[in-house]
Amino acid sequence: MIDRALLLTELGAIILGLGLLARLAGRFGVSPIPLYLLAGLAFGEGGLVPLVTSEQFIEVGAELGVVFLLFTLGLEYTARELVTSMRTVAPSGLLDLVLNFTPGLTAGLLLGWGIEAALFLGGVTYISSSGVVAKLLTDLGWTANLETPVVLSVLVFEDLAMAVLLPILGAVAIGEGATTAAISIVVAVAVLVGALAFSYRHGDRLGSLVFHSSDEVSLLSVFGLALLVAGLAESIHISAAVGAFLVGISLSGEAASRAQSLLGPLRDLFAGVFFVFFGLSTDPGAIPAVLVPAVLLGVVTAATKLFTGWTAARRRGISRSGRIRAGLALVARGEFSIVVAGLAVGVAGAEDLPALAAAYVLLMAVAGPVAARMAGPGRVAGRPAAAET
Amino acid sequence: MADITETALPGVGQRIEFVSEAGNRIGVVHYRTGRRELFVCSPSDPDAVELSVALTDDERHALADALGGSTIVESLDSMAQHIEGLAIDWVTVDVGTPFVGKSIGDARVRTRTGASIVAVIRGETALPAPGPEFGIEAEDVLVVVGTPDGIVAVGDLMTTG
Repeated sequence: MIDRALLLTELGAIILGLGLLARLAGRFGVSPIPLYLLAGLAFGEGGLVPLVTSEQFIEVGAELGVVFLLFTLGLEYTARELVTSMRTVAPSGLLDLVLNFTPGLTAGLLLGWGIEAALFLGGVTYISSSGVVAKLLTDLGWTANLETPVVLSVLVFEDLAMAVLLPILGAVAIGEGATTAAISIVVAVAVLVGALAFSYRHGDRLGSLVFHSSDEVSLLSVFGLALLVAGLAESIHISAAVGAFLVGISLSGEAASRAQSLLGPLRDLFAGVFFVFFGLSTDPGAIPAVLVPAVLLGVVTAATKLFTGWTAARRRGISRSGRIRAGLALVARGEFSIVVAGLAVGVAGAEDLPALAAAYVLLMAVAGPVAARMAGPGRVAGRPAAAET
Repeated sequence: MADITETALPGVGQRIEFVSEAGNRIGVVHYRTGRRELFVCSPSDPDAVELSVALTDDERHALADALGGSTIVESLDSMAQHIEGLAIDWVTVDVGTPFVGKSIGDARVRTRTGASIVAVIRGETALPAPGPEFGIEAEDVLVVVGTPDGIVAVGDLMTTG
């Protein structure tokens, strides 16, 4: 029997705590993600105040958080933007993949984790945080800079690469053979291309089917559709996150901005819960042991992102200072590194992965923006108090 | 006319800009959220934004007015963005068309094409919302709103050959 009073008290305390942390992050103009992770670490197993009853809710909430994160990421882009970006940025995007996936993979192998776990660490170091980067560009007044379309295109490439990467990692996680993994990948790519083509041609139609003049009807329909497709995707082993991402991409224009405003608040809530959950399920006692590898990996992958940004910007004929800014903007890692690490639950040899990923993201989500700020704060005047991105 | 370029900012919006004669890159970032940000770059470092200012709707109109821009055209533009399939164009009346000297009502422009004449630019003056009695003169520039096909039809009416 659940102790209802304790359950509600714990949940209330957690969510109120998230609110306070978000307020704190806002005051200092940093991403709240590292703070949420720290809160999770503090309340988890071996932490300061272990939770008793609300673990189950938090666990389900965390699943929803991943779905929301990827769904709203998909909403950010229209199929047209994805296709155009792919065409123009493919060489830089591939360079980004090779340069930033390899350090994680190599580190995993050097730590003796075995190839499966090492692949996950590669995913952790590969993907920059679109959330942190977008906020950084706005805060520093870099949005209109010439290098910014390059940075954004690299992020778009990463997000598409993730839609292929997550099913691969998912197949690795459940320990299937190479054939099954290959099938998952083929299915994932086919579904991705199909969804893009659908959205490219009939993006508005899905929107008008799902949306209604009543917010209540729209919210329930979109939320339900995203969860349903996420569940279907999971059942055919291409990862719930990818399913949600595809639904997000399939909505465009007016429908996308409606969905964004309806689901944005839910995304903030459940993504927060997801980061806390990741912190909760990570043993803080394991962090000191992985601190040195995390810092080394941070230094190496900061350098590889800098080089990625530099090269991508140089290809577009952008000046030296613009190339540096492009590199610095990409250094931050955040939500998607945690999403990848979260998939590794139960993978052989990945026992230290959550601790290493948590330490790594704590480091990079802070170090990236700080380095960018030091490099050249743009003058932004008249910025409204509510930060919109 | 300044050479205006548009650049897509995936996930963010759009950047619209031109380079001034003095070499300043000047433009506006149109965010998806509806936010508008005016930016100026210095000629010594055209890559990086020197100053950017977020403007509310009212402030945008005030700035456009202060600069002497036509608010009619701007509000028409924003209307076109909100109504899909609606187009706006400028049609110059040729000297030789049979409609010169006739009123808009007599020319039955809307009946023939479905498009409406919402303003007429004659020389240096813009005449908004002309009534059916308004007489069309050669060399007038008609601001026409309608479907793309309707606008083409008006263009065909007002030009010769």
